[in-house]
Amino acid sequence: MAKMRGAIVVDIERCKGCGVCVVNCPTDTIGLSKEVNGKGYHYSYMEYPENCTGCTNCAIVCPDGVITVYRLKVE
Amino acid sequence: MDINEIIKPENLVFKRTELMTDKTLSYCPGCGHGTAHHLIMEVVEELGIQADTIGVAPVGCSVLAYEFMDIDMTQAAHGRAPAVATGIKRLWPDKYVFTYQGDGDLAAIGTAETIHACNRGENIIIFFVNNGIYGMTGGQMAPTTLEGMRSSTSPYGRDLASMGHPIKMTELIAQLPGTVYVTRQAVHKAANVRKTKKAIHKAFEVAKEKKGLAFVEIVSNCNSGWKMTPVDSNIWMEENMFPFYPLGDIKVDGKIVKDLMSDLM
Repeated sequence: MAKMRGAIVVDIERCKGCGVCVVNCPTDTIGLSKEVNGKGYHYSYMEYPENCTGCTNCAIVCPDGVITVYRLKVE
Repeated sequence: MDINEIIKPENLVFKRTELMTDKTLSYCPGCGHGTAHHLIMEVVEELGIQADTIGVAPVGCSVLAYEFMDIDMTQAAHGRAPAVATGIKRLWPDKYVFTYQGDGDLAAIGTAETIHACNRGENIIIFFVNNGIYGMTGGQMAPTTLEGMRSSTSPYGRDLASMGHPIKMTELIAQLPGTVYVTRQAVHKAANVRKTKKAIHKAFEVAKEKKGLAFVEIVSNCNSGWKMTPVDSNIWMEENMFPFYPLGDIKVDGKIVKDLMSDLM
């Protein structure tokens, strides 16, 4: 069965660490980092990258539009 | 599989719309304004009407919307955005004209302009972001503040006897003959974002056909004004705002599709 693998790229310096993407991720891929960005926010990142299916839910709810999503079909 | 094998230009499925400028949004973390801005610009991009769209920014948190949306925009005096949009639309009948207003702008100081623009059936689109509070000035009580809701000017909660009832602008406006499409949506969850995008698409279609006014309310959070974290404020919004401001279409193609009387009971 074909499986979807996805990945997100977060624009770290624009991320405000609100966590809306974390609760909207259906596969619990995203978490907030321990490190902070230049503004002092705990930016979001792929905590469990192998879970990501590239569904784009995180990117469309992001108020600051910092997430770019890539998706690949794996046979 | 290595992540770098997935992150390639040919696998791109979503990126930020290019109609948003590179400026960092001035909104608080988790604010629904940012999502609403992106959605409107995504729809404008998909329809290919960047050069034909004129926006009117309000007074309030979104006063700087013209800095973020890469289209022709102006900014109106407090509450007067529908009046300014009326003028622009009448001078440029073939352009898409929209206003982007908050609840303090649209439902308080601009009530007259809003109701009369809707009643005249101007061929504009009104985007109404309702978070039940005056966000920019420090969380004061707005006309849309819920009963019992705390704000800096109602610290013991809104008391209906002395402060009056919250106003449902969208239901009010749906009853006017000039409006064609009236809907209420939210942007806190992915499913709601997709529905809101469809609603915005429909609003631009109505504007294209010049049938009348399209009114899209977006129920949003104000985590700073409500004194909550962004995620908690979205949960609070679902539990408290949605029972009073139910989501869904209220008027489609000029016909009221929702039982407004049962809602008032």
